[in-house]
Amino acid sequence: MSSETKQILTTDGIPLEISLKKAERKNKIKAFLLVAPLLLFLIITYIFPIGEMFTRSIDDKMITNMLPKTFKSMETWDGKELPSEEVFASFLSDFKILVEKKEHGKLAQRLNKEKNGFNTITKKLFRQVKRNKIDETQSIKEQIMKVHKRWRNVEYWQAIKRTAPPYTSAKYLKAMDMYLNEDNKITQVSEDRRIHRILWLRTVEVAFFVTVFCFLMGYPIAHLLATLPMKYSNLLMICVLLPFWTSLLVRTASWMILLQQQGVVNDFFVMIGIVADDNRPEMMYNKVGTYVAMTQILLPFMVLPLYSVMKTISPSLMRAGKSLGGTPFVAFWKVYFPLTIPGIGAGCLLVFILAIGYYITPALVGGASGTLISNQIAYHMKTTLDWSFASAMGLMLLGGVLVIYWLYNKLVGVDNIKLG
Amino acid sequence: MALPKYTETRYRIWHYFYIAICTFVFIFLIAPLFVIFPLSFNAEEFLVFSEGMKNLDPDAFSLRWYKDMVYGTKNPWGLAAKNSFIIAIFATLGSVILGTVAALGLSSRHMPFKGIIMATLISPMIVPLIISGVAIFFFMAKAGLAATHTGIVLAHIILGTPFVVITVTATLSGFDHSVTRAAASLGSNPVNTFMKVTLPLILPGVISGGLFAFVTSFDEVVVVLFLAGLENTTIPIQMWTGLREQLSPTILAVATCLIVLSTLILISAELLRRRSERLRGINR
Repeated sequence: MSSETKQILTTDGIPLEISLKKAERKNKIKAFLLVAPLLLFLIITYIFPIGEMFTRSIDDKMITNMLPKTFKSMETWDGKELPSEEVFASFLSDFKILVEKKEHGKLAQRLNKEKNGFNTITKKLFRQVKRNKIDETQSIKEQIMKVHKRWRNVEYWQAIKRTAPPYTSAKYLKAMDMYLNEDNKITQVSEDRRIHRILWLRTVEVAFFVTVFCFLMGYPIAHLLATLPMKYSNLLMICVLLPFWTSLLVRTASWMILLQQQGVVNDFFVMIGIVADDNRPEMMYNKVGTYVAMTQILLPFMVLPLYSVMKTISPSLMRAGKSLGGTPFVAFWKVYFPLTIPGIGAGCLLVFILAIGYYITPALVGGASGTLISNQIAYHMKTTLDWSFASAMGLMLLGGVLVIYWLYNKLVGVDNIKLG
Repeated sequence: MALPKYTETRYRIWHYFYIAICTFVFIFLIAPLFVIFPLSFNAEEFLVFSEGMKNLDPDAFSLRWYKDMVYGTKNPWGLAAKNSFIIAIFATLGSVILGTVAALGLSSRHMPFKGIIMATLISPMIVPLIISGVAIFFFMAKAGLAATHTGIVLAHIILGTPFVVITVTATLSGFDHSVTRAAASLGSNPVNTFMKVTLPLILPGVISGGLFAFVTSFDEVVVVLFLAGLENTTIPIQMWTGLREQLSPTILAVATCLIVLSTLILISAELLRRRSERLRGINR
């Protein structure tokens, strides 16, 4: 008997296996087509632009396009002594084109970022070129070197060569308070200019402590909500859900009112006699304000996942623990607590992820010592317009968040996120 | 939570301590919302409780700031409210349609690459808003949609869909697919089946996802700050500028209105959740 006759055929004579596979493929395509519109929309408007942030953050093509001939002739230069006549000649011809396009100012600016002092000597060279003082039948190298003594200094030519690659890691290094020095080595900026590292550390610190505070405050009330009879817990649940649904700005505004020097919290402290009336502590525009407001705002995100896990734990487990001779504390620690760990993981990671990217609340109640890395990103997007630097910092933050997200996915699973 | 009579003293103390902590946390959560309420009726211009208010003197209270909010001459609140509602409504519609359709595909067991696609669709919720803001701004600027209502609506659709996807897939996880097969066997085409059978059953999930999307859009400030021009100002933008510059009691009047709105949304979300749980047979 041949193998073909063993196969089961459908009514139209096609082997069942093939027919099933066909149906399966059809279903797959159907399911995918349903997801496709949203997926496509997000890829175009969201995922690609995030990718664009990356190219923007490393892009250094402007100068590469400004001095094409110079960089071409510099390829053979060893970079130790002054470059050859050929390099000087191609630099001059590139420079003349820039002068025609009135772009020499941009070049000076960019080169000055690489090494201080380029502004002056570029201007001097520009004047010479403008007056047609440079005779191209003579040695161009000699003439340029006469313009300013810095053109005779090999360090300046090395600086030009360093700008040749179309991509740069400078923005990322800057975000870590570092830069590439003359020998292409990563160096730290001087101590008084290290502002970004402080911000990164502070961001992580604030996110960490806000998570800890949320956990310490969220765990007891989640437990209470999960163990109380329905009719009481539903009422108390409103205390968690109402802030959750209320505008972030409204809640921040109420903290600004509460924490101000003549505010309710200070009034209360004076009333119970902790502080003197003429010596009210400053609780806003510093880290205290950031911690208090962010903890209250993010607390529901801790309570809700904890509650949904605690709700599934049967109370008889605790009773069993106690009946087997454990004190209530032992029964809690050995039986109840381990069962809530998935909820703890979910809540802590959710709060941490949200806290690390916080922007509005720190900007309003944080003052100078409460600003975080997000504020710095917004500052560079809107005020200094250094978009590539903002992109670089944003992507570094995103990298951190993605690592945490990956952990979250491993521990809890994205599909297990519960809302309300 | 009455304690049994045989409870030892130290556990009794611990129990009351626990209740005290919980009370404190609940007050911490809810009290800030209630401070705004009385202060928004303040007759004076300061954001502190005046002596008159503490003595419950009726003259210390007034509707002055509510009048200012509605009739104030230089006030941007009218335009801001109009913009906020228009943007939020269109963003909600967009999110609900795209999100529900995608959730239908995602909950099919034939869906290929489910994990990675789900992660992509949820990503706008996980990525810090400031980064989303930068990325979306780059796109909108290139597409010529910066400082337009369309641009802001599209941005809010991006931010709102994850909520719809999550709530609708959750509703669909308890969905009995044999009813759609039954409809198909009775000669209904897929679109008709969806409209007549599936949609009514998952409607609570869809609406609560829509509520999330609405609140997300209505309350969103980070992305809108990058995108909006003067014409596109929204309530959150006005609150943000107000809080940064001059903290006037008018903001508290607006905030009170927003709290009332969020209370209404909370009530509808809760009713929907209960209905959906009843339908899915979760509530015993």
